[in-house]
Amino acid sequence: MDAISTEAGAHHDHPTGLRRYLFSTNHKDIGTLYLILAVVGGLIGFLMSMAIRAELAHPGISVFPGISALLHGTDPTNIDAAKNLYNVFITAHGVLMIFFFVMPALMGGFANWFVPIMIGAPDMAFPRLNNISFWLLAVALVLVVLSTFAEGAPGSLGFGGGWVFYPPLSSNTGHPGPAMDYVILSLHLAGASSILGSINFITTIFNMRAPGMTLHKMPLFAWGMLVTAFLLVLTLPVLAGAITMLLTDRNFGTTFYDPAGGGDPILFQHLFWFFGHPEVYVLILPAFGIISHIVSTFSRKPVFGYLGMAYAMVSIGFLGCIVWAHHMYTVGLSLNAQRYFVFATMVIAVPTGIKIFSWIATMWGGSISFRAPMWWAIGFIFVFTLGGVTGVVLANASADRQLHETYYVVAHFHYTMSLGAVFGVFAGFYYWFPKMTGYMYNETLSKAHFLLLFVGINLVFFPQHFLGLAGMPRRYIDYPDAFALWNYWSSVGAAIAAVSVLLFFYTVAEAFMRKREAGANPWGVGATTLEWTLPSPPPFHQFETLPRITGSGHH
Amino acid sequence: MSDGHAKPNHDYHLVDPSPWPLVGSLAALFTAIGAIYWMKGLPLLGVKIGGPVLFSAGFAAILFTMWSWWSDIIREAEHEGHHTAVVQLHHRYGVILFILSEVMFFVAWFWAFFNSAIFPADPQQFARTELFQGVWPPHGIEVLNPWHLPLLNTVILLTSGATLTYAHHGLLHNDRDKLKKGLIATIALGLIFTCVQAYEYAHAPFAFKGSIYGASFFMATGFHGFHVIVGSIFLIVCLARAYAGQFKPEQHLGFEFAAWYWHFVDVVWLFLFASIYVWGNWGGHME
Repeated sequence: MDAISTEAGAHHDHPTGLRRYLFSTNHKDIGTLYLILAVVGGLIGFLMSMAIRAELAHPGISVFPGISALLHGTDPTNIDAAKNLYNVFITAHGVLMIFFFVMPALMGGFANWFVPIMIGAPDMAFPRLNNISFWLLAVALVLVVLSTFAEGAPGSLGFGGGWVFYPPLSSNTGHPGPAMDYVILSLHLAGASSILGSINFITTIFNMRAPGMTLHKMPLFAWGMLVTAFLLVLTLPVLAGAITMLLTDRNFGTTFYDPAGGGDPILFQHLFWFFGHPEVYVLILPAFGIISHIVSTFSRKPVFGYLGMAYAMVSIGFLGCIVWAHHMYTVGLSLNAQRYFVFATMVIAVPTGIKIFSWIATMWGGSISFRAPMWWAIGFIFVFTLGGVTGVVLANASADRQLHETYYVVAHFHYTMSLGAVFGVFAGFYYWFPKMTGYMYNETLSKAHFLLLFVGINLVFFPQHFLGLAGMPRRYIDYPDAFALWNYWSSVGAAIAAVSVLLFFYTVAEAFMRKREAGANPWGVGATTLEWTLPSPPPFHQFETLPRITGSGHH
Repeated sequence: MSDGHAKPNHDYHLVDPSPWPLVGSLAALFTAIGAIYWMKGLPLLGVKIGGPVLFSAGFAAILFTMWSWWSDIIREAEHEGHHTAVVQLHHRYGVILFILSEVMFFVAWFWAFFNSAIFPADPQQFARTELFQGVWPPHGIEVLNPWHLPLLNTVILLTSGATLTYAHHGLLHNDRDKLKKGLIATIALGLIFTCVQAYEYAHAPFAFKGSIYGASFFMATGFHGFHVIVGSIFLIVCLARAYAGQFKPEQHLGFEFAAWYWHFVDVVWLFLFASIYVWGNWGGHME
């Protein structure tokens, strides 16, 4: 580099104040911004789920008329407004939790923070692109919140057609007002954000690994992010195309999804799930990586079957792209298509089984220390296995005839996402919090947080299997008295989970107030990845001299 | 560059803080809100043309952001020497992955097209089967003859790929005159393509509205046409940079990426021509 760049370097290096965060080109600062966005998005989504469970605690419609009066100023006796708002809440809850909580937490937050460090790089490949990925997601969140205050169905506010946006509910037939257009453009921006972020991660992982770190020595979290990023680059544009056609159907008179002009609403479902199914692996693969590191660290053993673990994620990613229509068994697919999608879907159980058994084999014979992150990791393995097993049940087209659109499906994907991915988020948070902040939290509080959330959220979702098997459909504000018992207990679980969320915020606040120094490596010799070789928090730019990787100990 | 005292021992480019990501994202937000008010014909803050005005302002801000951001990149590459070999490799990976995502965008339009074109007589899609009388191109639709203007456009685009390679050879052998001539020819062919396409759109016997035939035709070819325009602008920027004395035989990423993009647009057209114009219009009633 010539003289000019060195001179410029003299004053640019440590930006401060607003410039540091608003104009950031530092992967750790951007990661922190993402984590804050995830807390905001997750909290709104969580409050919505609390409202939903409060409403469903007892038969009858009692909670949403009040919320509608509060938010939208409707008459508290207006039941239709309450029903509409319930639909808006279940829709927004899904969108927020997926795009504005789990993705920004795992990809934006932890991956931004730790993928460069774990592979021994000083930053991401494209620091400015990293920043626009964050800000595009922030403005997408603004649009999705605005949508809940715009007209959707005639005479009511917000889009209530479910997070899958199927036409005709999402076309002019169902929601002619601008609320759905806000959602569509929000998804365009969030999609652009994820595609740009993914391009950044792939380039970083391929080109910026430290000397000696081959792909087969790369930490599993980086492997998980690599597969995740490819899934997003390959499938998000298809969703963007699908919702662009929805936008022209709504505003420019096209008939892509309208049979009256030769179009087909099922086309939307194909395009949506071509993205939507890989998306569920986008949510869980980074968590797989985090769990591998935690299990290995606290068992003081390298991960069992490292290469198998890495390629299991690759094959999950590949298989995840070719099973989309198992969400559509009831739309009238040909029998041969259903047969194919049943078998292809079941094959995913094989690499997933490799992961579960390898985690257990890593613990087997290890010198296990039950520190707080390990509690979360073991909890993850338990709940994700449960969600995976019900997934194998649902993969059967014949069983899905009975279970489609029931609470069984809700229980299944919340076990994988709301328990699985979210436990991954908290496991990663408690594993890396000392590294990110330099402070140690109170582990007893973290374990209490775990126990409360584990008991609460299992109580929320386990009874929903019974409700689904008994035939209770999803997405309704009310239900017959026959379903009252398990709905009541499900709501009790939600209340326990709410207490655990309060405890989480207290745990974080306590850590910042007590300022217990964590030191470079609070976890001991089991923590072998590169982030533990740096001080806590790491310097503004780490690895001015790139680390050299020798031997095979680095995963 | 750390703390202004030591140069790091690596060739990566640690970029200065930049306002453009934030400005660009806010511009995208206002463009989106303006677009919604415009499409719905709603007054914005009581102003009837508020939607189009906000949309245009936001869009102008996006263009301004692009200009400023890419100016920064050109400055860093041309004058500040930040584009080391490994940084150049980053950019190559980035552009290839971007083009890959664009390919998947086109997959959506082709999927929509084939979803109807292969199954015009699907018994489950009885509304379509009745409307189209079980054939594709649909009964009652007058189609464009692929062997007239579309074939001409195919030849134009393929030729433009050749002239662009001619320009690249000029650049590699430091023949600046050849570089400029090749670029001018490519840009001219690109503009002719766009004009022919515009003429064909204006005289098409079917509409974007009302039928999946017109919808899938105009969406796929229109999205392609938009890419031709973007690619042409990219090439015009390259021409201006060539006149400004930029690009070296051994380092000219901006030119290479414009060329990759242009070839990508070219290949997409071949697929459009083969499937939508030729196969999709086979046996149809032509003017």
